[in-house]
Amino acid sequence: MVNLTIDNRKIEAEAGQFILDVARENGIVIPTLCSHESIEPTGSCRLCVVEARQGKKTRIVTSCLYPVAKGMIVDTRSERVMNVRRLVLQLLLARCPGSEQLKEMAAEMGVEAEPRFVPDTDNVKCILCRMCVRTCEKVVGVSAIGFSYRGPEKNVCTPFKEESETCIGCGACAYICPTGHIEMETTETGDTRTIWGRTFKMKICKVCGRYFAPEDQLVYISQKTGVPIEDLAVCISCR
Amino acid sequence: MEEKVKEIIQQYSGDKSYLVPILQDVQREFNYLPKDVLCAVSAHLSVPISRVYEVVTFYKAFSLKPKGRYQLSLCMGTACHVRGAELIARNMEDILGIKEGDTTADLEFSYETVGCLGACALGPVLVVNGEYHGHMNIAKSTKILKKLGKKGATDDEQD
Repeated sequence: MVNLTIDNRKIEAEAGQFILDVARENGIVIPTLCSHESIEPTGSCRLCVVEARQGKKTRIVTSCLYPVAKGMIVDTRSERVMNVRRLVLQLLLARCPGSEQLKEMAAEMGVEAEPRFVPDTDNVKCILCRMCVRTCEKVVGVSAIGFSYRGPEKNVCTPFKEESETCIGCGACAYICPTGHIEMETTETGDTRTIWGRTFKMKICKVCGRYFAPEDQLVYISQKTGVPIEDLAVCISCR
Repeated sequence: MEEKVKEIIQQYSGDKSYLVPILQDVQREFNYLPKDVLCAVSAHLSVPISRVYEVVTFYKAFSLKPKGRYQLSLCMGTACHVRGAELIARNMEDILGIKEGDTTADLEFSYETVGCLGACALGPVLVVNGEYHGHMNIAKSTKILKKLGKKGATDDEQD
């Protein structure tokens, strides 16, 4: 165990824990976009910056990747931190002017679009945090999507920008996306769902008669877990 | 096709960390990286196709489109640029009838511009299938294209 100070509060934490996790455990809010409990942190959105003082050195660090240490003094809302965070958000906002989530966040933090950062017009809402790609690979285990190209052309897509054969239509990528870039559309009746340009047929729950999951996803789960497909024909609420 | 891919992967004992050298060898074999070949590489190495596609699109050395028999790279580095590489580029596009980065329909010529080839003393530089041609000018570039069999390349500036 190590003792440290976050925002003038004395806190005890386990060695090796990251600042962000310790702060959250103690009810201290640090804004983030690319942080989720189910995937490892990578520090790509840079919004979680804090000021960490160790000895005589004070540095701006990404709290999601910076381990706590004995005697560390962390400030999550100092003027310097807020300046960096506002700049990061302004840049993200200029890249993704269409993202509602980012606009909301900017309003909360009192950040206005900076005129010298010309907004991108090609309708991207993607901050390239790679959360969707990693979720598809690590959590779902199908790796249906990935990044393509690099630099200004870099984007997230299925291989060859075609309908993916490996995609199971689970929608985990759309769920995890912090900026609403990935679109998943479900028809009014709920019988099909479209994601990444492919339309998936949904399965009806045997008990309540509602559409609850794509057939491909149930097949995948059945293969992966060995549970017979017939046993998966009932939705979670009816099970 | 499948056999050739298997053979190349075998040379690297099927180790997925050799994905880039494997793709380089595959590209040398097929002149470019066709989709079904990439799918075969993905299957034999058990690397997801999305990951293979990521690597292929990341590196400019890999091409998803067929490349021409003659691959022409025109240097657009600072030194070449100030010595008129821009004019040569325009001449190349006029004669070949394609834009930079494209390949002619008959698959004879691929033409691209590059950053700097590190041969600034020779500038402007035109590279034809790895062979460097220095002190390039419009007349010389026309002559090279004509020699390589490009129809319509008339070197009226006889020297």
